[in-house]
Amino acid sequence: MLIPFFYQLRDGGMKTSITELLTLHEAMQSGLAGQSVDDFYFLARTALVKDEAHLDRFDRIFGAYFQGVEDSLADLMQDIPEDWLQRQAELSLSEEERKLIEAMGGFEELMTALKERLDEQEGRHEGGNKWIGTAGTSPFGAYGHNPEGVRMGQQGSRNRSAVKVWDKRDYRNLDDSIELGTRNIKVALRRLRKFAREGAADQLDINDTIDKTARNGGMLDLRMVPERHNAVKVLLCLDIGGSMDDHVRICEEMFSAARSEFKHLEYFYFHNFIYESLWKDNRRRQTEKTPTLDITHKYPSDYKLVFVGDATMSPYEIAYAGGSVEHWNEEPGAIWIKRLLKTYPKAIWLNPEPKARWDYTPSVKLVRELMEGRMYPLTIAGLDEGIKALR
Amino acid sequence: MANERFTGTDSYIATEDLTMAVNAAVTLQRPILIKGEPGTGKTQLAIEVAQSLGRPLYEWHIKSTTKAQQGLYEYDAVGRLRDSQLGEDKVHDIANYIVRGKVWEAFESEQQPVLLIDEIDKADIEFPNDLLQELDRMEFYVYETKKLISARHRPIIVITSNNEKELPDAFLRRCFFHYIKFPDQATMAKIVDVHFPTLKKDLLTEALNAFYKVRDVRGLKKKPSTSELLDWIKLLLAEDIPPEALRSENSRSAIPPLYGALLKNEQDVHLFEQLVFLDRRSNPQ
Repeated sequence: MLIPFFYQLRDGGMKTSITELLTLHEAMQSGLAGQSVDDFYFLARTALVKDEAHLDRFDRIFGAYFQGVEDSLADLMQDIPEDWLQRQAELSLSEEERKLIEAMGGFEELMTALKERLDEQEGRHEGGNKWIGTAGTSPFGAYGHNPEGVRMGQQGSRNRSAVKVWDKRDYRNLDDSIELGTRNIKVALRRLRKFAREGAADQLDINDTIDKTARNGGMLDLRMVPERHNAVKVLLCLDIGGSMDDHVRICEEMFSAARSEFKHLEYFYFHNFIYESLWKDNRRRQTEKTPTLDITHKYPSDYKLVFVGDATMSPYEIAYAGGSVEHWNEEPGAIWIKRLLKTYPKAIWLNPEPKARWDYTPSVKLVRELMEGRMYPLTIAGLDEGIKALR
Repeated sequence: MANERFTGTDSYIATEDLTMAVNAAVTLQRPILIKGEPGTGKTQLAIEVAQSLGRPLYEWHIKSTTKAQQGLYEYDAVGRLRDSQLGEDKVHDIANYIVRGKVWEAFESEQQPVLLIDEIDKADIEFPNDLLQELDRMEFYVYETKKLISARHRPIIVITSNNEKELPDAFLRRCFFHYIKFPDQATMAKIVDVHFPTLKKDLLTEALNAFYKVRDVRGLKKKPSTSELLDWIKLLLAEDIPPEALRSENSRSAIPPLYGALLKNEQDVHLFEQLVFLDRRSNPQ
C-alpha cells in the first residue's frame, strides 16, 4: 500500500528517497502508528518530509491518495471531481432553489457552467488547486445566480464535523519562493564570494606552523601563505519610485544584505529604465548625475552587474528615443543597456514581481530578451539561480 | 517500552505530531531535526526529552566557526608543544593531548543519553556532511591514537535549525523531521498555563488576545513568539497589571502595557506606535 503512495509523492515533485521509505516501514513495524490514521499521517510526515515548504504538498497528496481519489497529479492540481461537486450541491440546495435552477435550464447545465467558470478561474490563478475554498475563490458567488445554494467554497463542509488533519493544510503559507529577511539574502549572496589567495606567500600561517611544528616533535617548521581576500566586485543598479514602491522593503533588504556582504560594491539608482545617466542619491538626482559612459569607463569589466527592478513600464520607454517618462533621452534605453551588457558580460536582472506575472507585461518580456533570459525573481530561490549565472 | 514514550512534561506542551516525531526518533534511534520560528521551544525540546525520559543531556551549541571535528575530539598540539619545551614526560603519549568533544562524551555515557546539536545551520555549509558517518554508524576514528570510538548506547540526537542554510539531502534522509508551527490560541493557553499555573483566567485571555493582535500587525520584521509572550506575562505579573488595563473599549487603539517585551526591533516599535496613533485619530473615543 505504501509503494504506490511513495510514487505519488515522487510524481508530485517531492524528493522522497528509498531510505526514507524504508525508515517509514521500519517505524510501522515497530508499532509506532498502530492506533489510528492520524498517527500514521504524523509518522509518514516526520519520516518522509524534510522541508517545511513541502508540507503542504505532502498534505495534498496524502489527502488525495488516502481518500481514494485516484487522480493523476495533473488532475489533482486542476480538476474537481464532478460527482463530488454534485453531491455537494445537492446537499445544500433547498427545494425552492432547485426549482429555480430548473427554470434556468436544469441542474446539468448549471453544473457545466460552473465547471467552465471554475476552469477559467483556475487558469488565471497560478498553479490552481482543487481546494478552491481555502484558496479563497468563491466560484458560485462569481456565478451570481445562486448565492447560498452551491457554496462549494467551503470544501470542508462535507465533513466539517471531522475535518481531517491533513485537509486543514496549516502549512499553506510556507513556500520556498517567498521573500525572506536579510540573513537569508546574505546567505544566498555569500555563494558569490570567491576568496582568492593571490600573490606571494608573505603571511605567517600561525595555525599551520604550530600544527606542523607540533607534529614535528617541537622542531620549528614555518609556514607561509598569501593574503586572502574576497575578489568579487559588484555593480548594483536599483530601480526606484513609481511601480517599485510596492517592493521597497524587499529591495531594502537586498540592498543592505549586499552592502555588508561585498567589499567592492558600487550602487546606482535609476527610474524605470537605464538611460544616459544614473545617480547615487535620490534626493539630489536631478543635479548630481553620473553619466552611464563614465561608469563603464571607471569600473572594469570584471565587475558583476546586478539590476533590481520590476521592469514594468510602457515598452516605448525601452525601445524609443524620447521614451523616458522623466526627460528627453537622445538614445533609446535598449541601446544603453546593450552598452552596459557589452562592458559587463556577467549580468543579471532581479525582478521583485512574481514570476507568474512576467508574461502579462510586454516590457518584462522585452527586458528579458535584452538580458538574454537572465532575469530572476527576487526571492531566495531566484537569487540562488541568479548568483549561479553570475559565477 | 511503554514507559519510554515521550508525551510532553509538566513544563512543556507537546502537540500530537511532535510527540509522534520524537517517539519515532527514539524508537528507531535516528536523529530528529527540529525547525520552526525562533522562540517556539526547539532547544527546550531536547532538555524536556532528556528530563522526561530520565536521560543525561549533552548540549553542543554550534557557532559559525564550529567544525564537525570539534564535536568529536581535538588534538591539543599547542599544549603538547609547550610540554615538549618543558621536557614533561607525558609528551610521549599523544593520547594525553586528545581533548574529547561533546559527541565523544555522549558516546561514552553509561546510560543512553540525549545529545542536542543546537542551531546546526549556523555552521559552515559542509558541517552536516562531515557528521554523516558519525551519526549513522555512531562511531568515529581517532587518527592520532589509531582507535575506533563507538557509542555504548546510541544517543537520542535532537538537532535544531533556524533555516539560515539549507541542509544537504544526504543528511536530511537520515533524520526524522518536524516543523514546530506557531501554536494556536488554545495550545498557547495551555503553554502559558503550564508556566504560570496561578495566573488568573481573565488576565490570560486578555494577554493572549493582545498578543495575537500584535502578531497580526502587518509588516512587523520580527513577530513576537512564545518565549516573548512568556517573558511579557512574567512582566505583567511582576508589575501587577490588572486585566482591565489590557482591555479597552476600542481594543484596536490600545497599546498593550510593557509591549517592549513583545517587540524587539526598533522599527517594529515605531510601526506599531504609528498604527495605534493613526487608529486613534480615525476612531476618536
